Amino acid sequence: MTMFEYAPAPESRDVVDIKPSYGLFIDGKFVDGKGEAFKTVNPATEETLAEVAAATSEDVDAAVAAARRAYEKVWGPMPGSERAKYLFRIARIIQERGRELAVLESLDNGKPIKESRDVDIPLVAAHFFYYAGWADKLGHAGFGADPKALGVAGQVIPWNFPLLMLAWKIAPALACGNTVVLKPAETTPLTALLFAEICQQAELPAGVVNIVTGAGATGATLVEHPDVNKVAFTGSTEVGRRIARAVAGTRKKLTLELGGKAANIVFDDAAIDQAVEGTVNGIFFNQGHVCCAGSRLLLQESIAEEFLARLRRRMGTLRVGDPLDKNTDVGAINSAEQLERIRALSQIGEAEGAERYTAPCVLPERGFWFAPTVFTGVSQSHRIAREEIFGPVLSVLTFRTPDEAVAKANNTPYGLSAGVWTEKGSRILWLADRLRAGVVWANTFNKFDPTSPFGGYKESGYGREGGRQGLEAYLDV
Amino acid sequence: MSETGRIAVRKTYKLYVGGKFPRSESGRSYLVTGADGTVLANASRSSRKDVRDAVVAARAAQKGWATATAYLRGQILYRAAEMMEGRRAQFAEELRAAEGGSRKQAEARVDATIDRWVWYAGWADKVPQVLGNGNPVAGPYFNLSSPEPTGVVGVIAPQHAPLLGLVSAIAPAIVTGNTVVVIASEKMPLPAVTLGEVLATSDFPGGVVNILTGHTGEMAPHLASHADVNGLDLTGVDDPELARTLEAAAADNLKRVLRPAAEDFLAEPTLKRLRTWTETKTVWHPAGV
Amino acid sequence: MTELSTLLAGLPGVDQVGAEQRAASLATRSIKTSAKAWAIDLSIRMVDLTTLEGADTPGKVRTLCAKAIRPEPSDPTCPSTAAICVYPSMVPVAAAALKGSGVHLASVATAFPSGQAPLQVKLDDTRAAVEAGADEIDMVISRGAFLAGDYQHVFDEIVAIKEACGKAHLKVILETGELGTYDNVRKASWLAMRAGADFIKTSTGKVAPAATLPVTMIMLEAVRDFRELTGRQVGVKPAGGIKTTKDAMKYLVVVNEVAGPDWLDPDWFRFGASSLLNDLLMQRQKLATGHYSGPDYVTVD
Repeated sequence: MTMFEYAPAPESRDVVDIKPSYGLFIDGKFVDGKGEAFKTVNPATEETLAEVAAATSEDVDAAVAAARRAYEKVWGPMPGSERAKYLFRIARIIQERGRELAVLESLDNGKPIKESRDVDIPLVAAHFFYYAGWADKLGHAGFGADPKALGVAGQVIPWNFPLLMLAWKIAPALACGNTVVLKPAETTPLTALLFAEICQQAELPAGVVNIVTGAGATGATLVEHPDVNKVAFTGSTEVGRRIARAVAGTRKKLTLELGGKAANIVFDDAAIDQAVEGTVNGIFFNQGHVCCAGSRLLLQESIAEEFLARLRRRMGTLRVGDPLDKNTDVGAINSAEQLERIRALSQIGEAEGAERYTAPCVLPERGFWFAPTVFTGVSQSHRIAREEIFGPVLSVLTFRTPDEAVAKANNTPYGLSAGVWTEKGSRILWLADRLRAGVVWANTFNKFDPTSPFGGYKESGYGREGGRQGLEAYLDV
Repeated sequence: MSETGRIAVRKTYKLYVGGKFPRSESGRSYLVTGADGTVLANASRSSRKDVRDAVVAARAAQKGWATATAYLRGQILYRAAEMMEGRRAQFAEELRAAEGGSRKQAEARVDATIDRWVWYAGWADKVPQVLGNGNPVAGPYFNLSSPEPTGVVGVIAPQHAPLLGLVSAIAPAIVTGNTVVVIASEKMPLPAVTLGEVLATSDFPGGVVNILTGHTGEMAPHLASHADVNGLDLTGVDDPELARTLEAAAADNLKRVLRPAAEDFLAEPTLKRLRTWTETKTVWHPAGV
Repeated sequence: MTELSTLLAGLPGVDQVGAEQRAASLATRSIKTSAKAWAIDLSIRMVDLTTLEGADTPGKVRTLCAKAIRPEPSDPTCPSTAAICVYPSMVPVAAAALKGSGVHLASVATAFPSGQAPLQVKLDDTRAAVEAGADEIDMVISRGAFLAGDYQHVFDEIVAIKEACGKAHLKVILETGELGTYDNVRKASWLAMRAGADFIKTSTGKVAPAATLPVTMIMLEAVRDFRELTGRQVGVKPAGGIKTTKDAMKYLVVVNEVAGPDWLDPDWFRFGASSLLNDLLMQRQKLATGHYSGPDYVTVD
């Protein structure tokens, strides 16, 4: 060996026990679904991991009814201090079973184990721990002396951060005194079902959390259910629009966390090595399956060439492959369907005349893979600068002045996040004021914390998740 | 003819758009009658093009209004209270003609309206302190959440509270830096037009508040579906089916929608409206040497 | 404002939090089996086996030289270390002990560790060490002058010492633990490289903190960028505090992924260490035998 070739360092699969098939979690028990079962696969190998029940409208009825009973009889009347203890208990069990959850998440989703282990699962536990503490302090949250819960929450979550999105939905809902029926994404149901077991282990009262698996139809049934008081959705802007239309006129409280096309703006005085890292982290973290991904890199023209050279060199060290290998940086694309979308938009990028650069890496033969890719020579009118690709594909644009940077950054119907890289403090504050985005990362990117509100402007949705502000979505205020 | 034998100069009730008082581009008007059935005036009957023009005016004014200091916005809202106070009798008269009831009742509502301006004026430089906060993230970061204006808000003003309800809807939207396009009470639009005259002399930049009169059902769908409007206040939509279609139209660009339950405008407001028309922006920055 | 200070002020800043996260992220790499075996042997070959104590004696230095030449007496496949690093007074003893072994002889000089002496004393110190047989000189910069902004003074000193070194390689110790910020580490790195340093070295080992992973990463970025700009390759030597094989693996990962494989060579990367060597040897034994080793199975010198 003349080069430093890292030998495979796979995390053991033995820590997790995947059953051949899973039912729905309704009223504290696993029950058979009435619909046809579907398969969930490991996107890195295309092997079937398990069969999962598809919930029918009858199943959703049962889940909502269970949640309603639990809300009225148990969870609603329970003092906040007691609800808190259940949530703390759940946070602790998640910590205890962290490795098991991380491996399962990587298997079902395709994300690298170092992300599920070091980012997703720790944040899940932290989120429950944070909101647990709010359960008996809601009167101090700024929504009046005694804010009330809404009732039953119907929640639909995406496949990019399966368990983390579950935590973002369930923790504040339960802390505020609501009960929930949650539908995980069709391609990533397994950690939600393991979470159901954790609820059992925590002896959470039956019906407080119900998990119904299935595809879009199950989700639609849930959000349209007349006995649901609150709808929370994270996913694409297109589906978010449909849900907003569906709940129109019903007085259901709705929060939506949708797509993005974030600008990551790099000035010529930036801490360049950290800016390169932030760019890489911004777009290649979680295979770019991140709604707040920094998918548009806005470079000050005077440093564009040098920056791109550094970026390409850095991309050369990205390790794409087995999600369970501890040294993997970029894992598998979550599904064949998503891979197809990424490919199609990348081809459009080429057809539109942008220059494509792909990181030199060998992709596994089986599974769904897409090498980290950068398009240069992109203009605002290109589709790859406007549409959310939701994959490891970066579009690079340039600007000359701060005003131009702001104008380009804001020139999108989305408004979820933005990044700014400059060593000049006053310029950061100037930009932070002008960027129309719910989260502005200055000299950092893709940072998350349960105490920090997250959510978008404009077509990136409404409502905030995380922080004190995140309580509002689950209170009748 | 008045007692002195002088012919009174009547007022033409026009729209208030972009700081000016145009008539409807459609050239149309509609007859406004008082609570007792007497004819009060011909009000402008706005069209969808008036809605369009008003949104353009609101958008043009939004950036400047949002970047004005909170202190200045607060003073301008307070100025509106001062200007209304000077026209207290006129508003009471107009309100009484529109709503009926006693002079005392009308005066009480005008007073409450003036006080509402004062209440919200005081909020201008406090909203960020009350709705925003620092966040103790688990890492070496400065992290601050602050409310920012949503942008342009379409307001379908309360039908039955043509002055107090109107101001109770407008003030919380504009105090944080939003601009508004308001569809006044269809049956009782005249206090809204007079309010426009107050606002025009209160140092509000043109376009911050735009007031249209006419048929709610005709204008509201265009406001609800307009892609350059960020929020929609449905307080004045009483028909559930119209509310549903407007909400559905608002979904096209994911407008923030407010559809409150019945409100007692005489009571002290909650912060709901202030919250609804602001977006929480969270800024992270590393803390290092 | 001098041209030098303008140049140093023009270097891109370093964000502490981002830099430390990047280093921490690289530290999570898992180096196993064949990669580990390769990296352990490379690490042994990169060690500047060091003794810099007031209590150093010829006897101590001679045993250390023997250890450097043959770290694992029972295993001829085990490579020698890169060098021995001693005080100037011990150079003659070490030179005799290392003769013909191929192990380099490094001597600290220039009023090590503080550097607080007149230039003439530093030059004499350097020349004496080289004449006595040192082929590598580890000098310290005047941190006081650097922190006072007198960059030209620091620069001129390095140039003078470099000249006094003759053919000996010059390692310039920045003493990063006294520089306070990564921005200063980057500035000092560029200053030293422009003044002619063959290596830039983190620390004397006498000041805490000594070498850290992020500091070494910043210096590796500097040598990488310097070569890109000038074509000249400069080596990096973290020294002090690197005690375990696991530490060494982390450093090699950073070398590999930040500066690149060109630096994965004893000519371009060194560990200034003493106890590290025995841990590398124990891990080497573990890989060979399949079971954990203990301190009784490596030589104590």
